[in-house]
Amino acid sequence: MTRLLAAVAYASLGAIGALGSASQQQSPADSVLEARTAVIAAQLRCPVCQGLSIQDSPSELSQQMRAVVKDQLRAGKTPEDVKAFFVSKYGEWILLEPKAQGFNMLVYALPVLLVLLGLGVVIVSVRKWTKPTTPA
Amino acid sequence: MNWKRAAIGAACVVPLIALFGYGLTRDPKDIPSPLPGHEATPFALAVFAPGQPPLARAPGDTVRLADLKGQVVVLNFWASWCLSCRDEHQILSETARSYAGRPVHFVGVLYNDEPANGTQWIEQMGGQSYPSVTDPGARTAINYGLYGVPETYFLDVNGRIAYKATGPVNAAIVRRLVDSLMAVAAK
Amino acid sequence: MTRLLAHDSILVSLVVVLFGMATVPVALRTGRRNLLPYAFAAVYTNFFLISVAAIGMVYALVTHDFSIGYVAQVGSRSTPLLFTVISLWGALEGSILFWAWVLSMYAAAVVWINSRRPGNLVPYAAATLLFVSFFFAILLLGPADPFGSVSPVPADGPGPNPLLQNHILMAIHPPLLYLGYVGMSVPFAFAIGAMLSGEVETDDWMRLTRRWTLSAWGFLSAAIIAGMWWSYEVLGWGGYWAWDPVENASFLPWLTATAFLHSAMVQERRGMLRLWNLNLVVGTFLLTILGTFLTRSGIVSSVHAFTTGTIGYFFLAFIAIVMLASLAMVAGNSERLRSTGRFDSPASRETVFLLNNLFLTAFMFTVLTGTLFPLVAEAIKGVKVSVGEPFFNRMSLPIVVTLLFLMGVGPALPWKSASKAELKAKLLPPAIGAALFLVIGVVAGARNVYSLLAFTFAGYAAFANLREYWIGMRARHTAHGEGWGTALVRLVGGNKHRYGGYTAHLGVILVALGVAASSTFRTEHEATIKPGETISVSGHTLRLKSMWGREEKQRSVVGATLEVMNGAAVRGTMEPHMNFYPMSQAPVPTPAVRSGFLGDLYVNLQAFRPDGSNATIRVIYEPLVPWIWFGGGVVVFGALIAIFPSGMFSARRVEA
Repeated sequence: MTRLLAAVAYASLGAIGALGSASQQQSPADSVLEARTAVIAAQLRCPVCQGLSIQDSPSELSQQMRAVVKDQLRAGKTPEDVKAFFVSKYGEWILLEPKAQGFNMLVYALPVLLVLLGLGVVIVSVRKWTKPTTPA
Repeated sequence: MNWKRAAIGAACVVPLIALFGYGLTRDPKDIPSPLPGHEATPFALAVFAPGQPPLARAPGDTVRLADLKGQVVVLNFWASWCLSCRDEHQILSETARSYAGRPVHFVGVLYNDEPANGTQWIEQMGGQSYPSVTDPGARTAINYGLYGVPETYFLDVNGRIAYKATGPVNAAIVRRLVDSLMAVAAK
Repeated sequence: MTRLLAHDSILVSLVVVLFGMATVPVALRTGRRNLLPYAFAAVYTNFFLISVAAIGMVYALVTHDFSIGYVAQVGSRSTPLLFTVISLWGALEGSILFWAWVLSMYAAAVVWINSRRPGNLVPYAAATLLFVSFFFAILLLGPADPFGSVSPVPADGPGPNPLLQNHILMAIHPPLLYLGYVGMSVPFAFAIGAMLSGEVETDDWMRLTRRWTLSAWGFLSAAIIAGMWWSYEVLGWGGYWAWDPVENASFLPWLTATAFLHSAMVQERRGMLRLWNLNLVVGTFLLTILGTFLTRSGIVSSVHAFTTGTIGYFFLAFIAIVMLASLAMVAGNSERLRSTGRFDSPASRETVFLLNNLFLTAFMFTVLTGTLFPLVAEAIKGVKVSVGEPFFNRMSLPIVVTLLFLMGVGPALPWKSASKAELKAKLLPPAIGAALFLVIGVVAGARNVYSLLAFTFAGYAAFANLREYWIGMRARHTAHGEGWGTALVRLVGGNKHRYGGYTAHLGVILVALGVAASSTFRTEHEATIKPGETISVSGHTLRLKSMWGREEKQRSVVGATLEVMNGAAVRGTMEPHMNFYPMSQAPVPTPAVRSGFLGDLYVNLQAFRPDGSNATIRVIYEPLVPWIWFGGGVVVFGALIAIFPSGMFSARRVEA
């Protein structure tokens, strides 16, 4: 069994190294840190799976990136610092939600504009269609 | 025919088709790295595969980027489970050997793999001229914005990342980049 | 042999399809309707020929005929038979062949069922379906030829994509998806037929179209849920929906088809929204083609994207032709489609349907914009950006809660108009459900505004929809003295469309509750533990018993056995594992799921030490996730109720 495990195992020495300190018992401070890590990790895109966040992805690199996020938070960096770190390494691509500024505003604004426009059309139509044709 | 409607429709549809046409010329997997032109993050990583003389380093030695100041550094991330790493192995090994004695330093970085597997792989591939180091927790890989293996980074003499190559490299590219970086240094 | 037979049938089908397409206008324009049977025969023949090709491919896969390109690409002697058969749709060429097969089957069904219908609509619709078939036949002979020959013939192949041979759901999800996706071609064909035949000015074609849309919609709903389930069971991330472009591609036509199923009722009842409905039908079909284009051309990055070649350009040409042609036809017909009807009052079901359509369309537009935005940003600004889950969640949550609210208000409001007293009597009682669910949400610990709104409106909608059954059953019970069970069956049988719709609503509510609860209350913990140690999440404790490995024919498996603890007692075991396929760099995770009424315990093996001395385990407690799968079943059941031919289960209104 051991041989088979070894034969097929390219999985994860590094991950275990990174996570080795995590114990199965969580102190309150740990769980706060884990929760803060999860919030940031959910906003960063996993480079090897592309669709998922590093929080969701079970891939090894994602686990390692989560460890980096956790370490940086533990060292006192703000969530913005952590995200900026990853953007400086991977580009804006790493952010799963585009920054709401400049040209990117378009993707946020268009759906809202459509809803407003549609509401206008619905109101005007309903008014037109319910206007009495003969005096009541 | 309601021309107004047709015009509005066409105004929506035609740009969409143009967008798709543009999209077909692009590769969504090709994501430019923001790193070239920026200072490379320092690292200190332990050698697990010594390489061959004259480029050899003793296993357990630490390779520090800080110690390589004034040299061109070629950093190649690889793994034994990576199929396309096989394509570039020979090229990198021979190119590195041909630059022996000149201010160029090749370093292999093992990415998410076990040193034992890495050593075995190097043996199978017929040896590697330059040393390879381990990268616990892929910290260095993340610092270099790695997407996968193989990826190769070319650092200039001032410790800046000059180029990044994604996927297997060929000899001509490695030579051209290394030569141009040395030429800049010589000026 | 198989290769030539299958390849030649596609070639012959191309000729047959062209002949059929040409026959229809000749027959109808020159008044020689006696030619029409030839066009219909072309439809049947096409179905036969593509069946020969598809069955030939299955035969080649099963017999490991590696001289055929596609078999050499996805086949392997060590793959189990089931996964060999279903690799028919596992890669690009096979999926196009399967698509063409389903399409030819739909075309044959349309002609078989409707050929006696008077008028020109059905012949034109058949010609439209043949036109789409023509495109797919071209793909199969050109850029997606599955029957290319391989020389020298390899002894074995790499086998299908590991992700696709890791779970039985891959045998279910793709066929459902194709039945749903390709099924949307039929309403489109009817729309084109209606415009070409002039029937578009009447409302009868809409009834026909709605029926076919409903069945395709049912398949698509089932496919989306099955896809979510697959993602949950195979990808090991504990989620079911990642807003991946491919997922979005299946969701977009579902949204417009859902909108159509509602707005078609307004047309049937009030003779209104004709142009809008026509747009929805055409738009739904375009979205299916768009989705196929996105996933087959590789222009957006996606986990599921197929490998690519020149096929993208063929699709682009097809999309351009279909978009521009249908745009011109709709614009050409728009003058004839002026509304004749009127609304009696703003406080009516009609108004709610308008709002429902607005928000479903806005939802579609939001998802489409988000999916395409990376391409737009690159084209205009030259920057690579990502648009992923956080964006889609942020943008869609307000829309989703609004739709949930409307789903409660709509069934409660009567058609035409309602008096103040009626409004009060209809709209107030469901507030009990809303209050109840809100309290449950708060007690359970939800604080997020959207979660609370989702629970509240889900409660409102659940109460409102259930109440409709109750009112109807009570009426039958008191009027006819029927037992409650009989009353329910006869009530539903008497108006299958309506109660099928309410059933689908209840299914959607269950799905919404599952999604809301699992995203609000999900708890997880990841740790590296040694055998004998435990890991806990939300009161569930698991003990790592052992690590193990085994060789199977087509893969190696490494797993962990964990005991589910209840105090000191062991209540069961879970075995998450990783499957290593020879041709794949990354292992395919296979999480273990233990389902209960209130949620799943989901365990994934993230990493392990090769000597088996420890393992990194991720444990997630996923509240109400089983409700999503069950809710999906209820949605499909609702669609089935509505589709059942009249007469079945229908009530004899007067009891003897």
